[in-house]
Amino acid sequence: MQNQQEVNRLKDIVQNLLDEAKQQGATAAEAGLSQENGLSVSVRLGDVETIEHHCSQGLGITVYFGQRKGSASTTDLSAESIKETVSAACSIARYTSEDEYAGLPEKALLATEFPDLDTNHPWAIGADEAIALAIECEDAARNYDAEITNSEGASVNTHQGIHVLGNSLGFLHGSLSTRHSLSCSVLAQRGDSMQRDYWYTVSRNANNLEAAVEVGKKAAQRTLRRLEGRSLTTRQCPVLYSAEIASGLLSSFVGAISGGNLYRKSSFLLDAIDTQVFPEFVHIYEQPHLVGALGSSVYDSEGVATHTRDLVTDGILRSYVLSTYSARKLGLQSTGNAGGVRNLTIDPGVLDFDGLLKQLDTGLLVTELMGQGVNILTGDYSRGAAGFWVEKGQIQYPVEEITIAGNLKEMLRNIVSVGNDVDYRGNVRAGSILVERMSIAGQ
Amino acid sequence: MKILNLAKQAILVPAGIQDADIENIMGRLLTASVDAADIYFQSSHSESWVMEGGIIKEGSHSIEQGVGVRAVSGEKTGFAYSDRIELPVLLEAANNVRAIGRQGQDAQIGLIHAANTVQYYPVANPLKSLGEQQKIDLLRQVDTETRKLDHRIEEVIISLSGVHETILVANQDGTLAADIRPLVRMNVSVIVVENGRREQGSMGGGGRSDYNYFVDLNRGLEYGREAVRQALVNLEAQEAPAGNMTVVLGSGWPGILLHEAIGHGLEGDFNRKGTSAFSGRVGERVASDLCTVVDDGTIAGRRGSLSIDDEGTPTENTVLIENGILKGYMQDKLNARLMGVKSTGNGRRESYASLPMPRMTNTYMLAGQHNPEEIIKSVKKGLYAKNFAGGQVDITSGKFVFSASEAYLIEDGKITRPVKGATLIGNGPDVLTKVSMVGTDLELDSGVGSCGKEGQSVPVGVGQPTLKIDGITVGGTSV
Ligand SMILES: [Zn+2]
Repeated sequence: MQNQQEVNRLKDIVQNLLDEAKQQGATAAEAGLSQENGLSVSVRLGDVETIEHHCSQGLGITVYFGQRKGSASTTDLSAESIKETVSAACSIARYTSEDEYAGLPEKALLATEFPDLDTNHPWAIGADEAIALAIECEDAARNYDAEITNSEGASVNTHQGIHVLGNSLGFLHGSLSTRHSLSCSVLAQRGDSMQRDYWYTVSRNANNLEAAVEVGKKAAQRTLRRLEGRSLTTRQCPVLYSAEIASGLLSSFVGAISGGNLYRKSSFLLDAIDTQVFPEFVHIYEQPHLVGALGSSVYDSEGVATHTRDLVTDGILRSYVLSTYSARKLGLQSTGNAGGVRNLTIDPGVLDFDGLLKQLDTGLLVTELMGQGVNILTGDYSRGAAGFWVEKGQIQYPVEEITIAGNLKEMLRNIVSVGNDVDYRGNVRAGSILVERMSIAGQ
Repeated sequence: MKILNLAKQAILVPAGIQDADIENIMGRLLTASVDAADIYFQSSHSESWVMEGGIIKEGSHSIEQGVGVRAVSGEKTGFAYSDRIELPVLLEAANNVRAIGRQGQDAQIGLIHAANTVQYYPVANPLKSLGEQQKIDLLRQVDTETRKLDHRIEEVIISLSGVHETILVANQDGTLAADIRPLVRMNVSVIVVENGRREQGSMGGGGRSDYNYFVDLNRGLEYGREAVRQALVNLEAQEAPAGNMTVVLGSGWPGILLHEAIGHGLEGDFNRKGTSAFSGRVGERVASDLCTVVDDGTIAGRRGSLSIDDEGTPTENTVLIENGILKGYMQDKLNARLMGVKSTGNGRRESYASLPMPRMTNTYMLAGQHNPEEIIKSVKKGLYAKNFAGGQVDITSGKFVFSASEAYLIEDGKITRPVKGATLIGNGPDVLTKVSMVGTDLELDSGVGSCGKEGQSVPVGVGQPTLKIDGITVGGTSV
């Protein structure tokens, strides 16, 4: 198989890097290499806008001289460049300080089994075919309604990558993965109100993408429903985070229990282990070995084996999210989370989206968030929002130009319900989430 | 000519690429229906150092180089890139890309070396402006002095980074232009703790200069002092009010308001496509007559400045809004051609691996007539937003949002107490029409801005004098 040959060639390069580091006096080293190829096409108003051929590669190395560390990276994979990159890393390690926590992972934690997680499905699609698919998608959006007046276009992307990771403890592994997506963004106009929204589908296997026509239709529907949005008066009310943005709440939670923020004491969940962070019905776990999923991987970015594990059971925080370094700083063991969490999942509840609207009764459905107003240190949360005002479980009118604010610590504790309308497109899998009460600021 | 020769030495000579090869590839790209084409070579060396917990914790060095090849036919663009700067790779890329136009005969191209008229920054490698030990000493000095400032300081994190980038761009008319761009940045963030309450503060700066910039005027130490001051203010901050109120924006970095609320909506691509809330509004009033806003890539040494943009066009000082009237958009070559205007030198790309787009450089509002104290004094009840963390805009609906990192209540014309977690939200085309006072104190930011658009990040600058806006929504928790 040609792919496997290429993986082996890249593994050789990584081994050379590690050997070269040893040659130059490093006591330990870790190296990674990635190579990606892809095609992106975009169309707008029924015609081709761009055809992009992607081809990129890069390697990086971290060397240790005892407890001192240096890193270097390059896009040039030639033998000469490898030597220079290693010596750049070694030269940096002469100036960094001794750090008792620095170093490679414990050998016993490294992955030793490599089951196939079915992440590699190349899509044999040529530019012409991709263009036709994108046009089909955009047409479905543009023809959906007369109020769809303009378009930002539709695009098809396909990527295949090879990632190799190795270290001087003998770990050396390469994996192939693919990622394909189709997206569409259109504009609608009614009087002075102009709105834009989008929809996308993404998968490792092109056969699992949503149909182009469906993506286009959803983009159109999402755009149309925003027309003639109004602001709200300032108030407090319950807030329903729709599934496609609910993952953001969980990402903030993950940020707060991540080793880097914990050892720097910049988290609103310091020392929260074994305490009630969510209401009792909440169960949050990681599924890194899920077959075919976007976040799946057998090992983390340091080669440490990943495991299916609980972060929260009965609403109680059971484990942090740690890399080797942050774990050592905290006197704990790596949880296989260098590079983040993988397929983080919150257990869906029994209610579907309509059920959640009924439970919300009167309040705000949020479908879009803007800006960076999340402070992980204090938990202070204040973001721009758009969505819909809901009364008696029925959507009344679109809402925009408001902010929603609260403190994450209380928001997480005050989750009322999690829906079963799970959005599977990202690395965090959540249904819509209903929060008991937040502050809305508007006109 | 000097810069062009240096750039050729850095990129083309090691790859064995001659002028004749570039002429060849360009000829290959320019089939009959291709309106424009370019070949963009880039080589970038960067490094970063991090000091944390009182030790030099991390250092890294990075080399990125590659070439991007583009052909444009009408509104269609074909693009390919590679990290390998090699003739066969370039020829393959050119063959892939020219498929965007109809097939035809290769064209004949003769290269003309563009003369750099002006240069707004030094060409020397900033990574070499201090020895490694001197860089470490600088970090240590800032760390030590910052920690001495207050007993409530728990942690100090300092980063120092530099980039030395060389670009060469050949266009369809045969011009070959080059630029050598230094960029340095330093940041200090601190965590303070008092009675169990933790807060942070952060300050940084830099520009198209070298590391001596942080030694000169003790700027590095100044960042530390400012970070501590902000963190201590945050210790006192109470919940922000919520609702519509008068807001006074401080000078300098709060100019991010202009960048988000106005700037993005005035980029040529959105306006050509009619997707911006500002589309088709040139000549109309979009701000109070106190407001004149420019995008200026020509300020010496600024983070957002460029001698030429990434399409080889010299940057300009472009008037966007003059006395409240919308004057024009920021353009790259593609959108300028399709809109029948000239490029304003705003064609920028993150790297050879991305297509250029109209992007901002340094965007700021010119000074006005009012004394800043007088502006505060005029407010009965409102918010004074002195510093911001960042923002975002929806260019179609015009809605923007940004988060204050340092803000105070104004009561009876006086700044009273600090508040936290204030987010401002508004509508781009409206917000500047509510500007009722503009200060005399125009200031540009310290050199920390990065702008993201369609996944591409580029360094930018912002600035403004103190401004008073009559009525903007403040999103706090205190209802
Ligand atoms: Zn921006």
